[in-house]
Amino acid sequence: MIKAIIIDDEPLARSIVAEYLQTYSQITIVQECGDGFEGMKAIGQHQPDLVFLDVQMPKINGFEMLELLDQPPAVIFTTAFDEFAMRAFEAHAIDYLLKPFSKERFDKAMEKWMKQKATPQHTQALLDTVAAQQEEQQRVVVKTGSSIRIIPIQEVLYFEAYDDYVKIHTKDGYFLKKKTMQYFENTLDPKVFVRVHRSFIIQVAEITKIDSADEVLLKSGKRVPLSRTGYGKLKTVLGI
Amino acid sequence: MFKEFSTRYVAFAFGTWWVLWTAVVWYIITFYGVSWQQALVDASINMALLALTSIAVLNTIKFYRPTRGNLLYLRLWSLLHALFISAVHGWLIAEIYSYQIEVVRFVELSSPIRYVFNLVMIGISTTAIVIYHYVKDEREHELRKDAAEQLAKETELIKLRQQLQPHFLFNSLNSISALAGSKPEQARKMIQQLSDFLRGTLRKEEQQLTTLRDELHHLQLYLDIEKVRFGHRLETAIQCGAELEALELPPLILQPIVENAIKFGLYDTTDAVLIELTAQLAQKELIVQVKNPFDAVTAAPRKGTGFGLNAVSRRLYLLYGRTDLLKTHTEGNLFITTIHIPQP
Repeated sequence: MIKAIIIDDEPLARSIVAEYLQTYSQITIVQECGDGFEGMKAIGQHQPDLVFLDVQMPKINGFEMLELLDQPPAVIFTTAFDEFAMRAFEAHAIDYLLKPFSKERFDKAMEKWMKQKATPQHTQALLDTVAAQQEEQQRVVVKTGSSIRIIPIQEVLYFEAYDDYVKIHTKDGYFLKKKTMQYFENTLDPKVFVRVHRSFIIQVAEITKIDSADEVLLKSGKRVPLSRTGYGKLKTVLGI
Repeated sequence: MFKEFSTRYVAFAFGTWWVLWTAVVWYIITFYGVSWQQALVDASINMALLALTSIAVLNTIKFYRPTRGNLLYLRLWSLLHALFISAVHGWLIAEIYSYQIEVVRFVELSSPIRYVFNLVMIGISTTAIVIYHYVKDEREHELRKDAAEQLAKETELIKLRQQLQPHFLFNSLNSISALAGSKPEQARKMIQQLSDFLRGTLRKEEQQLTTLRDELHHLQLYLDIEKVRFGHRLETAIQCGAELEALELPPLILQPIVENAIKFGLYDTTDAVLIELTAQLAQKELIVQVKNPFDAVTAAPRKGTGFGLNAVSRRLYLLYGRTDLLKTHTEGNLFITTIHIPQP
C-alpha cells in the first residue's frame, strides 16, 4: 500500500486531488490536512510515501513545514501562482501542479513520481535553494518538542554554532534548528546580522559595547568572541 | 498671465502697433514743412518696410531660437536691416516723386534720424518676438507636462484598480474545477459569481465614484466566492445603515482591504475567522472599518501595511491628495484597517 497525505487549506482543492487519486487503487489517502501544523503531525505519524503540498497556507507555508521535518517525504507541490516557488521547482526538476490542473497533467506528475522514487533527496535540495533565493529571511520556524514556534527575526539575539545544529538565542532561551551557520549568514540581512566569529552571528542592534578587538558585549550580558575578519565586518557595518 | 494667446489676438496687436507708429511718424514728418500727403507716403513706406522685416523675423524664429551665444548675430542683423530699410525707403520715395530735388534733399537730410529710428524699431520688435516665442514655448511645455502628468496619474489609477490578485483567480478556478466533478450545479453557480465579480471589476473602471450600495454589492460577490473556497472557516459581518448607502466612494476600494484582512486573518490562524466591516458617517467623511483577528504572538512580522493596502493608500492619495486616509492599528487580537472618504 502506498500512503499519501494531502495538505491544502482549501477543502475543494483537497477534494480534487482526492478525486484524481481514485484511479490509483494502490494509493491510499491516510489523511487530509488544512494547514502546515496538522500536516507536520500527520507526516510524522504516518510516514507517507507521497505528499501533495500547497505552498501558501495558514501560519506556516509549505516550505517552512518541510524544513521542520527531519526527513522530508517525496512531495508533489500544488500552487496557484507563485513565481518564486516556480523558479525553485524548476531549478530542481521537481514536479509541481499549477491550479487548476487537469487529470492528464496530474497523471503525468504521478508517472514521474513513480519513475523516480528518490524524491526525498530532491526535496532537501529544493529547500536549500528556496532558502538561498529568499530575499530576506523574516522569521525562523522552530520545533520545540511537539509544538512549533515562529520567531520573528528581530527577536533573535544571536546565533551560535552547535555541532550539526544552530542554537537560536532569544530572550526566552534558545531553540535548536538543524541548519548550518553558512545558511543563516547567507539568508539574513547583512546590515542587521553580522557573523563576527566562526561560531557566532549577532544582531547588530544588540551590541552594548566592543571591549577590544576580540570581544563584544551584548545587551543581555553575553560576551561573544570576535574573530579578526568578524571585527572588520562589524566595523564596516557600524561605520567606524 | 497671457490669458488670450491666440494667433488672432497677436495679429491684431501687431497690426495696431504698426498703424499707431505710422500715425506718429506721419505727424512728426509734417512738422518739417512737408505736405501731409508726402508725409503720409513717407511714413507708410517706412513702417511697411519695418513691418515686413518683423514678419520675416517672426517666421525665422518660429523654426530657429537664438541662444545666448548668437545674440550678437541678431544685433548685427538688426544693424544691417536698419541700413537696408533706410536705403530702400530713400530709393522708393525718390522714385515716387520723380527725383524732385526738395524731396530727395529732405530724405537725405533726415536719413541719420531715420536710421536710428529704424534700428530702435527693429530692436524692439525683434525683442518682442523673441519674448513672445519664449513665453509660448514655456506655456506649451507646461501644457505638455500637465498632460503627461495627468496621463501618468490616470494610468496609475487604472493599474491600481486592476490589481486583481492572480492567487484569487486561479484558486477560484481550481475550486470550480473541483466542484465540476462532484457538484456540477454548484460549479455553475460559482462560475456565475466569478463572472459577475469580474464584470463588476471591468465596468467600474470607467467611473470616478460609486455609491456605497454598489460597492458593498460588489464586495458581497467577492465574499461569496471566498466562502466557497474557504468553507466554514470564513465568516463575515457587514454593518451599514441604510442612510449611508447613497454615500460615494472610489469604486473597488473595499475589496482589496477585505482581501488583505482575509489573507491576514486566515493565514495567521487555523481557526474560523470573522471579518467585520462597519460603515459610518462623521464630519463629512465616510469611515469604513475592516477588522480581522490575528495571532499577536505568532503572527509573521509584517513590513509596512502589505502590498494590497499600499495600493489602496496610493489610490486615495492620487484621488484626494491626502496621505492620512488609510490607517491601521491593532486592538488585542484584532487588526483594524480604517479608511476615510471625504464627502462633497
